[in-house]
Amino acid sequence: MLKNNRRVLTIFWSIIASTFLCIIINLPVKLDLFGRTFYRPDFSLNLGSFQLKPNLNLRYGLDLAGGASLLFDVDTSKIIKTDLPDALESLKTNIERRVNLFGVSEANVQLSNQGDTHRLTVDLPGVTDINEAIKLIGQTAQLSFKGVIDLPPEATATATIADVLKDTGLNGSHLVKAAPTTNPNTGAVEVSLEFNSEGAKLFEKATTDFLNKRIAILLDEQPVTVPTVSVIISDGKAVINGSFDIKSAKSLSAQLNAGALPLPIKLIQQSQVGATLGQDSINKGIKAGLVGLAIVSLFMIGNYGFLGLIADFGLIIYGLITLTLYRLIPVTLTFPGIVGFILSVGMAVDSNILIFERMKEETRAGKSWNNAMELGFGRAWNSIKDANTCTIITGLILFNPFNWNFLNSSGMVRGFAVTLLLGIILGMFTGVFVTRNLLRVLARKKV
Amino acid sequence: MNIMKFRPLFLIISSLLILISLFSIVKWGFQWSVDFSGGSSWQVSLPSRPTSDSLKEIFSKNQLELLTVSTNQDKYFLKFGNISSDQKEQLTVALTKFDPKFVDLQFETLGPVLGKELLKKTIYAVVLSALALLFFIGSRFKDLSFGASAVLAMFHDAFILIGSFSILGHFFGAEIDALFVTALLTTLSASVHDTVITFDRIRELKSLSFHLDWVELSNKAVSEVIVRSINNSMTIIFMLCALVALGGTGTRWFASALLIGVVCGTYSSTAVAIPLMLLTKRKKLNNAKK
Repeated sequence: MLKNNRRVLTIFWSIIASTFLCIIINLPVKLDLFGRTFYRPDFSLNLGSFQLKPNLNLRYGLDLAGGASLLFDVDTSKIIKTDLPDALESLKTNIERRVNLFGVSEANVQLSNQGDTHRLTVDLPGVTDINEAIKLIGQTAQLSFKGVIDLPPEATATATIADVLKDTGLNGSHLVKAAPTTNPNTGAVEVSLEFNSEGAKLFEKATTDFLNKRIAILLDEQPVTVPTVSVIISDGKAVINGSFDIKSAKSLSAQLNAGALPLPIKLIQQSQVGATLGQDSINKGIKAGLVGLAIVSLFMIGNYGFLGLIADFGLIIYGLITLTLYRLIPVTLTFPGIVGFILSVGMAVDSNILIFERMKEETRAGKSWNNAMELGFGRAWNSIKDANTCTIITGLILFNPFNWNFLNSSGMVRGFAVTLLLGIILGMFTGVFVTRNLLRVLARKKV
Repeated sequence: MNIMKFRPLFLIISSLLILISLFSIVKWGFQWSVDFSGGSSWQVSLPSRPTSDSLKEIFSKNQLELLTVSTNQDKYFLKFGNISSDQKEQLTVALTKFDPKFVDLQFETLGPVLGKELLKKTIYAVVLSALALLFFIGSRFKDLSFGASAVLAMFHDAFILIGSFSILGHFFGAEIDALFVTALLTTLSASVHDTVITFDRIRELKSLSFHLDWVELSNKAVSEVIVRSINNSMTIIFMLCALVALGGTGTRWFASALLIGVVCGTYSSTAVAIPLMLLTKRKKLNNAKK
């Protein structure tokens, strides 16, 4: 026993230390207490060029943060099969660019397919005007060429982008083709452009007007690249050189080619949650969780006395570790996710109940308290393992980790599955490992 | 504790529950949410608290039929067909004119194709879960009668949960949505979970005490694990009750479904799975005695 004491004590203090670490991570960034303001320690790390800046904020899903979600059906009937992957990728890039234009942070654009049906999901957190978003995403992208005017220095300070750009009349409708090429002389990767005859004339005029100056190529009024004109070009062919690699040249060509979306899309589902409802849900979820936790804690103390108290400590540690993991992984919390968490709290004490009941039996059978405890933990482990395997199996089917097409992959169901799964696995850890070691140290005083 | 003498009572309770469920499913069917049926659901706040007839009038002026309206104070839950974003804008304008304090809380609209797809995915998920659990039980218990009884008890729970949602749907408007399916799958695993623990104990006792027959074994096992079983369910029930009472309308039905599932699972592991197992076992032991 004595030999083990040091090991047990080390584990005990590690548990206490990690608990405090979890508490600190879960503190609000700024806390006003007793008239003083405390700040959460900054966990940023700088090791030479290696920088670690963890984002420790909880991520909320659309149903909690408020926002809009749109689901589009992609019409792939008019495209050759071999071109489809490129077209889909280019569609996604285009939509992403438009969403960014809308000023949404953390927007999420995802492609999915089931057999020949291709879908595009666009999640827009914080967006309340769903109609404006739909219009923006469904519009046709505009490619335009604009000359950059050198302004006199005194005007530069107040100038906007629109002031320094002069429309050349050349736009996406004049472009025949854009393709990535390699310069035969330098070996550098470039993007070649080919205009139709009208475009060639406009391009000749533009290159004459802006010789040795720059012409901005804009997609939806956002500059894609701003190359410098080095010669007058009259054959309607041009190359854009810059610091391209194969990948960026390909993606730029795709964007230029896709003045319009490469594939037509049709809106088939839209959902929207107001921000007030989301905040209301969070508050109610927290309230329900705390009340439930209080009842369960009292129930455990009422039933198992001192043991129950230790289990409650284990439960609190469980809650803290879970919240910390949500921040670190990060897990996007949805309302069903909160339900999954609350449910898993109820299940987490299951391990303890199994063990404590086993301990009671062993004590009744005449074993000493310490022996009963170790036996209880040891023998209950089989049941705990079996029982939790069932929940893990179902949790995995709900979470659908391999994105199997024949299973659901909706955010709601996944939100529930992920918190439930995490809860079950952590619950086994705290229910068995943490409480056992807490008991080993704390219960010695009692005996 | 001779729990197995209540077997006839358990049989009556379970048959009654299954018959009521069957009756409700056949007679009333289900309230499908727009997740499955397609269409629109809209949650709005109208502080002027209009009657549902006046809302229906606004909708019919916009060439739309308002299918159902349910209210909770100033919150209105409206269900109607699939609409375009222009139609939604017209409705928003009309409702704002009607009640200047109108707030758009939650809106969802989807076409019927998507609903059918979800239904298909749901059925796959349920079948896959049932198969996976079946496989798990099979590997845990080499004895077929253990495995079969656990699976039958699992279907017993699932059926009662589905039936109770048919009843809750008819009387209180509870909907079958994607989250209900999630609750259903969780119920399947919770049901098996409890049964596995009880059966584990029966097996353990059987290897220790040869003189007991199967009924005595079952009684002994149940009296040993029932405290755990009930205590564990109580903690889950406390958490879920708190959610049903305080969690707001958003998850009330989801939490209710989980609650019904957990209660059923606890009941069935003792009252359904073991009696089913005993049906096959008693004969075998008698044969052995002869």
